[in-house]
Amino acid sequence: MNFSNEMKLTVKALSQNEAFARSVVGAFFAQLNPNLEQLDDIKTAVSEAVTNCIVHGYQKQGGDIDIFCGIDNNSITITVTDYGKGISDIQQALQPFYTTCSDGERSGMGFTVMKAFCDKVDVQSEPGKTVVTLIKSVCKAE
Amino acid sequence: MEVTFSFQAKTLVVHLIGELDEHAAEYARRAIDNAIEGKSFSAVIFDLSRLAFMDSTGIGVLIGRYKLLRSKHCPVYVKNPSPTINKIFTMAGLYEIMPIA
Repeated sequence: MNFSNEMKLTVKALSQNEAFARSVVGAFFAQLNPNLEQLDDIKTAVSEAVTNCIVHGYQKQGGDIDIFCGIDNNSITITVTDYGKGISDIQQALQPFYTTCSDGERSGMGFTVMKAFCDKVDVQSEPGKTVVTLIKSVCKAE
Repeated sequence: MEVTFSFQAKTLVVHLIGELDEHAAEYARRAIDNAIEGKSFSAVIFDLSRLAFMDSTGIGVLIGRYKLLRSKHCPVYVKNPSPTINKIFTMAGLYEIMPIA
């Protein structure tokens, strides 16, 4: 797909990079003049995707997270890629409250939040690579 | 992320300040659990007025604290969620277990 503007970012899979990653994506998204709620939506969805990479993809053992953002008219496309263990059953992972973590304090709501806060969410995964694509359009205020 | 505490009569008010994500979760858990331990109060209110950001990791933190407080028969409430945090609470059904104060 051809985008009028693009941005690529690679961060280590460390939790202290979550705020940095969502802030950078939010700053890039700002060129579409989103309202505050739309900006918060994108930052929350990106935070969920990056957290999944750190906690599930790499199981807190570290690795690289590649983030791509593309602007096309009034929408932003974001891909968040990790090179970790992969998701064995994507449909199951997309279910609300489903989690593979046994520590009892994971909500299992990550993908549900992404779906609620974006117009489209796509997940492609195989062992060694997971790509989450988030798309959100900005409806101009009247 | 910062967590501070105050009392309103016999209610413990937990002020969540900053951004509650995976990075801050462990700190928030420990801070709240330490404050709950050994203290006497009749209810807990999570004051979200200065919580600028929360994702689903925060849902897990709050549900974990709710379970702990429920075991002490202590009701839990929230107040002042931002519009985005309000959406997260609504979709996760959190208001059913910790209503608005």
